[in-house]
Amino acid sequence: MKVLTDNFALYGEGFLGTVQLTVYASLLALVLGFLMASFRVAPVGSFRVFGTVWVTVLRNTPLTLLFFAVLLGLPRFGLVLPFQVFAVLALGCYTSAFICEVLRSGINTVPTGQGEAARSLGMSFGQTLGSVVLPQAFRSVIPPIGSTLIALAKNSAIAGAFSVTELLGTYKTLNELGYSIVWTFVWIAVGYLIITLSISLLFHVLEKRYGVAR
Amino acid sequence: MTAHALHGDTRSTALYDYPGPKARRRHFYYGILSTALILLLLGWLLYLLFDTEQFTAAKWSPFTYEGIQELLLRGLGNTLKAFAYASVFSLLLGAVLAAGRLSVHRPLRWIATLCVEFFRAMPVLVMIFFIFVALKVQPLPALVAGLTLYNGSVLAEVFRTGINAVDRGQREAAYALGMRKTQVTTYVLAPQALRAMLPTIISQLVVALKDTSLGYLITYEEFLHAGKLIASNLDYDLPFIPVVMIISPIYIGMCMLLSWFATWVARYERHSLKTEAVTVAPAGEETVLPGR
Repeated sequence: MKVLTDNFALYGEGFLGTVQLTVYASLLALVLGFLMASFRVAPVGSFRVFGTVWVTVLRNTPLTLLFFAVLLGLPRFGLVLPFQVFAVLALGCYTSAFICEVLRSGINTVPTGQGEAARSLGMSFGQTLGSVVLPQAFRSVIPPIGSTLIALAKNSAIAGAFSVTELLGTYKTLNELGYSIVWTFVWIAVGYLIITLSISLLFHVLEKRYGVAR
Repeated sequence: MTAHALHGDTRSTALYDYPGPKARRRHFYYGILSTALILLLLGWLLYLLFDTEQFTAAKWSPFTYEGIQELLLRGLGNTLKAFAYASVFSLLLGAVLAAGRLSVHRPLRWIATLCVEFFRAMPVLVMIFFIFVALKVQPLPALVAGLTLYNGSVLAEVFRTGINAVDRGQREAAYALGMRKTQVTTYVLAPQALRAMLPTIISQLVVALKDTSLGYLITYEEFLHAGKLIASNLDYDLPFIPVVMIISPIYIGMCMLLSWFATWVARYERHSLKTEAVTVAPAGEETVLPGR
């Protein structure tokens, strides 16, 4: 207990860092994932190819390698940004591939008749996707998106190891200060549990509110 | 006629009509435009690479030395070693935990459930760091243990849902033949579930393979670590980008191969009669009775 009360500020900073990283990376992942999912179902071939390549490559990239390449590689091109931004970029791009697949399988759960009806009313591809298919797909993708974002929150720990302010990174300072290492990790674990459980609670509420059994 | 019947890609939702001549021309122009855009982007990237002098002989020469090649190969070997250990142990742990969760004894079930839920909720890296820093374990065992705990718990859930997904009639028939609980699970349920679950298991192994790269963060001498060693060498003008350009295709290629294997198995299993009992159909080819 003493580890937590003595270093509450440090833990708080790390906790906030993880939350920030998770929120920003989630937003980026959702936007990019949405874009890639619409690319993957688009009528234009080169869009589809681009979306497929994006998803296939990023899904099979170890996240550590991605962090390694982005955090240490991009500065070589003269692109100097805070590590936090790089971490958000790496995490967001990585997760976008998974979000894309979730959205795409969500689109596939919408009955064909819905799309056909929209088409027969003369709606364009964008209208069909945006105002008929996706709103219905949204209902069935809430739980899988929730678990993808929980995975993102857990993956943000890797950023901590690349010296971004983050919950896991706090162990180093505390270890040097001579606190009990086991208890340090217990409180780090509690911090992660709080974050993952809140995400799962949020999506539980969302599902109760919007998820309708068809 | 809707698109899904004619177009391969959007199978179940008609998002657009089969394009007529006009639309096809328009799509053709869009296609050219976007391809040009992508090529432009790639060209810009290539320009950047040349501009920051990533293709100089000094940066690429290290890869011609045998010592460096050996270093990389040793790193790759260590990665594969960690992967092999982690996958074997996580399959074992998964089987044990799944058996615990399916047990009829309540305390056993609770303990297994607690383990599975806890290890699935924790970031793998936190577990690996805990084992490495707090328990002061060597890098390889720490990495393998962390990966095993996480992937084992995930696999336990896979096994459990797989066994529960086997058609009820199979279980009932086995009990009716006088088999014991363990016999029913090992001879009747597990073999059928395993076949159906194989693609999911392989996909989880892809996750394990990807996560072996976390060993880099605890100074395990794996592939990425070897790359880092070369990249930080001043003699070769810090060849970071060349290292990334060599390492990532190998890493991504390995994971892709395994992923494709999973999809291939899934496609193969879908046509196999032996897994039918797990999804919907009542029985496999061995059944003598017609229907159920």
